[in-house]
Amino acid sequence: MGRIPRDYLINRLVTLVLTILIAATIIWIIPRLSPVDPAEIALGRMAAGAGSVANSEEILAQLRANMGIDQPLIVQYFKFITGALTFDFGLSTAAFPTPVSTLILNALPWTLGLMILSLLITFFIGNLLGALMVWDRSPKLVKVAIPAAMVFTSIPPILSGLLLMWIFAAKLQWFPLTGAYSIFVEPGWTWEFVKSVLHHGFLPALSIVVVTFGFWALGMRGLMIGVQGEDYVKLAEAKGLLPRYILYRYMIRNAILPQITAFALKIGLLIAGQVLVERIFAYNGMGKLLYDAILNQDFPVIQGVSFVIILITALSVFLVDLLYPFIDPRIRHEVA
Amino acid sequence: MTSQDNMPMTRAEKRQARRIRRFDNPWMNPKLTWGVAILLGIVAIGIIGRFVWNLDLVFTGSAPLKLPPLGAENLRGQPGVMEYPLGTDGAGRDMLALIIVGAPNTLFVGLLASLIGMSIGIFLGFSAGFIGGRVDDVIRVGADVMITIPPLLILVVFQSAFGDVTLTMMALLIAGFVWQSPTRLIRAQVLSMKQSGYVQMAQLSGASTTHIMFREMLPNLVPYLFGSFIASVTTSIVTAVGLEVLGLGPQRIPTLGRTIYEAINAGALIQNLWWWWGIPTLLLGVMFIGLLLINLGLDEVSNPRLRKLS
Repeated sequence: MGRIPRDYLINRLVTLVLTILIAATIIWIIPRLSPVDPAEIALGRMAAGAGSVANSEEILAQLRANMGIDQPLIVQYFKFITGALTFDFGLSTAAFPTPVSTLILNALPWTLGLMILSLLITFFIGNLLGALMVWDRSPKLVKVAIPAAMVFTSIPPILSGLLLMWIFAAKLQWFPLTGAYSIFVEPGWTWEFVKSVLHHGFLPALSIVVVTFGFWALGMRGLMIGVQGEDYVKLAEAKGLLPRYILYRYMIRNAILPQITAFALKIGLLIAGQVLVERIFAYNGMGKLLYDAILNQDFPVIQGVSFVIILITALSVFLVDLLYPFIDPRIRHEVA
Repeated sequence: MTSQDNMPMTRAEKRQARRIRRFDNPWMNPKLTWGVAILLGIVAIGIIGRFVWNLDLVFTGSAPLKLPPLGAENLRGQPGVMEYPLGTDGAGRDMLALIIVGAPNTLFVGLLASLIGMSIGIFLGFSAGFIGGRVDDVIRVGADVMITIPPLLILVVFQSAFGDVTLTMMALLIAGFVWQSPTRLIRAQVLSMKQSGYVQMAQLSGASTTHIMFREMLPNLVPYLFGSFIASVTTSIVTAVGLEVLGLGPQRIPTLGRTIYEAINAGALIQNLWWWWGIPTLLLGVMFIGLLLINLGLDEVSNPRLRKLS
């Protein structure tokens, strides 16, 4: 077990706190720079609903007071930061008066579930295939087929999602086109509901898996090439250990560790990709919430969703950085 | 490995050996060549298309609605016609014209954003590596912080606050998020190169800092710089397409992502208008594959150990 040096921990913590603060600040500043007045958007929505609005000046002033945008900027800023840190992003303007945090809490489990599931699958498949590419005993087919399949790595999941959606949902109708569960099933811990969720989640997960496993496979290939020539592998071969045993216990075990840090660098892109997949499948997660908010110009929701996703990313990176010395005791942290 | 040395060469190995003899230059590897060819092909569509095709067909209502490509038939039983060889979309725009205008636009955003991002990265990376101290601390922490923030989400906030943007504006915005990895990469390389013999030799012989930076170090960084550049082109295009698919990005300029957005919103998947979303999707896919091939090819240039394995 490695121990985390205090300097390293402080360094990582500072980065984490700075990331969160800077993200919150950017998210807060951007709308202030914009000429668009949120109070006028809200008034416009009222006018669109009612046909006309009397006393519009007074309503505008009241709306501004409600949104807190009549206060000095510095007060607004601290209110926003403290609000963001306590997950209080105000009320949604489109689904008034639902708090933004409630909307996010409803969407978050779907996003996290889909993300963790597809991540575990890709990590497993990708690393195994990457290792097999280098292993000199793997069948010929593997060495030819995987590089060909690797071409898909470069494609963002939204494109694979569209293609899979068309083939398996629109044409073959094996899977539902949109949604996270069937509208005919009552949500709850029943078998019917779980089945429906799995049925609906299959295509979104598959579209992420198809295009991300290659990233891990490529990384693993590079790492395996490094491990292949190591003395301990040669010794294991000389000892006459089973080749399969050497592959799993000696080569993959050692090569896989840096892959976990690669995850930290990749997670931002993964989440952004998934947001888009959720949008095209109208999957009940953060992606759909964000898209609906963009359509409705629901600013508190856009800010809230963006902040929460950035927070998840930053926390994951932080955790990976901290857990790494425990997984690989050879690593010594330097504060360089 | 050693046991295979005495064995006669397989056909693949012979072919590999012949290829190595013929193209001793690592820059001429087939992946790189193919990747560059694919991208040049897309650029060529954009350039040649401008001369041979009527670009007014990108305007809404300039063509019949929902015509299929040549050789296909739509739900109403209409066959494709020569005037609109790739079909038309639900708003009466010619798909071929959309691609001729849209594909270079998409590529342009990616290239411009990465060029700016790379320049910032080279500048900051060299500054951090060379000056060190406080400057290094600030740049390093800055890059560490910004690398965790997914560009898509900040840009979503930005564009929903500001509304319509131009292509250049979008590229500039994306550039603000693709300088981090080049900065880190170059900083790390500069730090390790500073210790190497030839740089110390140059320092001993009294070469100026700029000479060391640009004449001694930069040429050795070229494969990494290209690799990093291509990676950020991919990131930029993915981000741009992501924004466009969410309905943001330039509203009146045809781009591949915007076309997909309109197709999804019009229910093209259910109506079996596969050419509407399929052609831009395919083209984007080809573009990304081209970029990937270039990146793999560049990997072989900078990491000779990969060459014999491919």
